Amino acid sequence: MIRAVLVAAVLLGAWELYCRLSGIDPLVLPAPHQVVAALWNDRSLLASDLLSTAGEVAAGLVAALLFALLAAISIHLSRTMRRSLYPVLVASQTLPIPVVASLLVVWLGYDLGPKVAIIALVAFFPVVVATLGALAKTDPELPRLVRALGAGRARTFWLVEAPAAIPGAFDGLRIAVVLSVIGAVFAEQAGSESGLGHTIQQALPQLLMSRAYAAVIVLSALALALFGLIGLIERLLVPWARVQGSQL
Amino acid sequence: MPNTPVASAVTLSDVVLTRRVNRSQQIEVLDSVTLSAAEGSTVAIVGPSGCGKSTLLEVACGMLKPTSGTVTAQPAAMMAQRDLLLPWATALDNAALALRAAGLSRDDARDQAADWFPKLGIAGFENVRPAQLSGGMRQRVAFARTLLAGRPVIALDEPFAALDALSRIEARAWLSDALAAGGRTALLVTHDVEEAVLLADRIIVLSPRPAKVVESLSVEIAKPRRRSDPQVVAMRQSILELLGAGQ
Repeated sequence: MIRAVLVAAVLLGAWELYCRLSGIDPLVLPAPHQVVAALWNDRSLLASDLLSTAGEVAAGLVAALLFALLAAISIHLSRTMRRSLYPVLVASQTLPIPVVASLLVVWLGYDLGPKVAIIALVAFFPVVVATLGALAKTDPELPRLVRALGAGRARTFWLVEAPAAIPGAFDGLRIAVVLSVIGAVFAEQAGSESGLGHTIQQALPQLLMSRAYAAVIVLSALALALFGLIGLIERLLVPWARVQGSQL
Repeated sequence: MPNTPVASAVTLSDVVLTRRVNRSQQIEVLDSVTLSAAEGSTVAIVGPSGCGKSTLLEVACGMLKPTSGTVTAQPAAMMAQRDLLLPWATALDNAALALRAAGLSRDDARDQAADWFPKLGIAGFENVRPAQLSGGMRQRVAFARTLLAGRPVIALDEPFAALDALSRIEARAWLSDALAAGGRTALLVTHDVEEAVLLADRIIVLSPRPAKVVESLSVEIAKPRRRSDPQVVAMRQSILELLGAGQ
């Protein structure tokens, strides 16, 4: 953690130094101290933006998680689903998100709906892939044992395979968290009246570069906080798994 | 084999098993194996490594179909060298897994499983996860799970092979107590001849592959048996000689 702060400080120092020495126009690239000033001056705007973006991301992640688990379970349990649903899910990841976001806004309007849909669209896929991977990597002896003890397919799944796959679902969720923040920006830029993505989009034509950078920093902080939160939940929920190495 | 008044729980007669290795080759694993285990008795199966002991056990448990010959056996629960405990479940929930698999509710399964912990000397470890248990304790939990499956026959496939020497001596003691108290029929596959002599009522000695029964010995030594008992030592020696490892 301390090392991460050090790395960030070195990068910021280099950035500040570059701005001062090159004499670059702050309208092109603001220096870190100007961004910090914008963080402070625009704090009430950024705080309300953070709140609405965080709400969208939270709703989108919940939707992504529910859909991803449902998809992973049905693909794992059914060969038909693996053949029919999985290719469609893979194909969904090739959609150009900004275009889809605009189309969804036309269809669903300016409120929460299209944002949740876009965030879920970019965030569910890593959870599906990681959960399926973990399900496939379950020690095959364990389901064999439980079946020999008399359990059917469904009970075997709930007793053995589902718990074994939880750490995998968390691995996917960690990737999903980071993607969801990017998804939120695309969704807001396609049409919204608040949020960090919205503010970034508004700041650029007004040449408020420091504000745009400040909003990006708040966005990163949101992603970092969510990433940490996932790690915390994982440690509480799956204390048997060694989750070192995936923590911040 | 002499006729006994006790019914047989497991009977194999003239069991042959061949396995196809590839398109043109097949190997004979079991060659006309005949054996039976009386109800409530412990039968140990010993033989050189790779002779097909484990395969024989799987055939006896109905997990593998023999190529020819007949198998008549009561339902069996198997316990292997790997304890196969679920890492996320407590010791109690791992033991209760047999009952949960059979459809019991979590609470009922836990209640029944809890009874076995004092009997196997692991009372107080109910809520500990497998990672915090020693190898010997893990095998006791796995054994409790096997017993809780409620099958009349338990098939033990080298259950203590992964334990260190001291834990193994301890494990023989609790296994011997549990088998004496349980009234189950036990088939014990082991490469440890001493273990077989200490625990079994009958010892089946197998030849190298393809496995044939070389000898079926009744062990008439009073239980509990001690390693230093001259009868135990003598029997161990004669079995080792049968296996060609007498020196």
